[in-house]
Amino acid sequence: MTQAIYNGVLNLAAGAFLLAAVLVVWRREVRAIVRLLAWQGLALAAIPLAEGIYQDDAALIAVGVVVLLLRAVALPLLLARAVGTEAHERRESTPLVNTTTSLLITAALTVLAYAVTRPVIALDPSPATRAVPAAFAVILIAVFVMVSRRQAVSQAVGFMMLDNGIAATAFLITSGVPLIVELGASLDVLFAVLVLGLLTGHMRATFGGTDLDQLRELRG
Amino acid sequence: MSAMSVMSVVATLLQVVAVLVGAPLVVGGMRQVRARLEGRAGGGVGQPWRDLRKQLRKQQITPLGTTVVFALAPAVVAGTTLLIAAILPLISLGSPLDPAADLFGVVGLLFLGTVALTLAGLDTGTAFGGMGSSREITIAALVEPTILLAVFALSVPGQSANLAAIVAAAADNPGQLVSPGSLLAFVALAIVIIAETGRLPVDNPSTHLELTMIHEAMVLEYAGPRLALVEWASAMRLTVLLGLMANLFLPWGIAGADPSPLGILIGFVVISLKILVLAGALAAGEVFIAKLRYFRVPELLAGSFLLALLAVTASYFFATPTN
Repeated sequence: MTQAIYNGVLNLAAGAFLLAAVLVVWRREVRAIVRLLAWQGLALAAIPLAEGIYQDDAALIAVGVVVLLLRAVALPLLLARAVGTEAHERRESTPLVNTTTSLLITAALTVLAYAVTRPVIALDPSPATRAVPAAFAVILIAVFVMVSRRQAVSQAVGFMMLDNGIAATAFLITSGVPLIVELGASLDVLFAVLVLGLLTGHMRATFGGTDLDQLRELRG
Repeated sequence: MSAMSVMSVVATLLQVVAVLVGAPLVVGGMRQVRARLEGRAGGGVGQPWRDLRKQLRKQQITPLGTTVVFALAPAVVAGTTLLIAAILPLISLGSPLDPAADLFGVVGLLFLGTVALTLAGLDTGTAFGGMGSSREITIAALVEPTILLAVFALSVPGQSANLAAIVAAAADNPGQLVSPGSLLAFVALAIVIIAETGRLPVDNPSTHLELTMIHEAMVLEYAGPRLALVEWASAMRLTVLLGLMANLFLPWGIAGADPSPLGILIGFVVISLKILVLAGALAAGEVFIAKLRYFRVPELLAGSFLLALLAVTASYFFATPTN
């Protein structure tokens, strides 16, 4: 793999990674959000795969394959199962912040991410670190999604995006975490999603919906 | 400014005349594509020209109580659009006006036309005119910064805000056209051009239902030659914006800064083909979508603004000095 192709793949993956996060903010269909999460997982997996092939590092390629299977296939499938079948469940009710404002906030967060990560890039300017702002922006956007959505599944998507962002930052800054660390982190996320899926099922069976704002009203 | 060759002046004149003559044909072609896809016979490609001829022969009518703003607005819209047609690098790169007006000039001229029509809509004092103007300015306020940002993203690799320099840089180095910044800018620019020219899903160009229309509501009081001028100008705006988009992202075939007669001919044929293909694709796409609710339009435009911003950040920060 030549330098130019490596640069191109890395930039494209980082761009698609950030774009998927932005589209999650934009869309309100829960199923569409879960599908976007799968695309984001694919973009995330492309980063260690490209680095592994470029540096001839078998462990990094193995990490890439694990990330691909887990974040692009397994987790979105699990989340898709947790999405309810009723019409009001499949669509996010009006978010706490309206979509136009959310998109403008996302723009501000992206610029903030670029501003904050400048010292990190200045330490070691390379094609990989240059893409760090995109990964950092996804972390900020994910936190915003988690606080601004009402449905349990969309909040779970926010959590997964947060984890994707952290993983992408790690891949880009350190060009590859040890396999055992990545496996541990991935297993944690997998269990978190399994528990979330179970919880969502129980919530639906007990209260008939997963709108977290209404649950607070029921309890109070 | 160096002395401009005769041929580049000829190319620019041809550009302006081609936009003047061709714009109604582009609109006619789009209506025809749509009609065929919807199973109708359609009025034919020449129908907009026949409409224009009919309206131009009608009597000039000025509604009671309107001022000079109402009378001058169509001329301002048509004039700014023709000036844009002369500035943009459509057939050749070296327009004689090019050094004087860059990207900011073009967006300013576009906005000047929009504002003139908006004021004319207010000038009539009718409910529909005011409503249309209010809607149009809401959309324009989000569209203009997005066009600026999207083309700004494309100007980073070319290191210049001059449109001819951007197109030339893209033609020299086609690899940069598939970068994330360029792709995001393409999507953002496509959305704002659709909004700016009042096509679906932002505005329905064929409706006369007062609850949904935007552009049509503003020009409701116009009749006869002035209406002809307004419609002609809106067709020309669509044509030049499609041409701009075609040359920014598919810069091949455009004649150089000092073109030969053959280069001008090739440039003319190529840009006509590009505009026709883009217009056909736009019309075919419109068949499958419904108009967006007006209150969701700012959502779409804020999204496209965000895409343009991402395009700028991507092309500015990802730009690696190695390639």
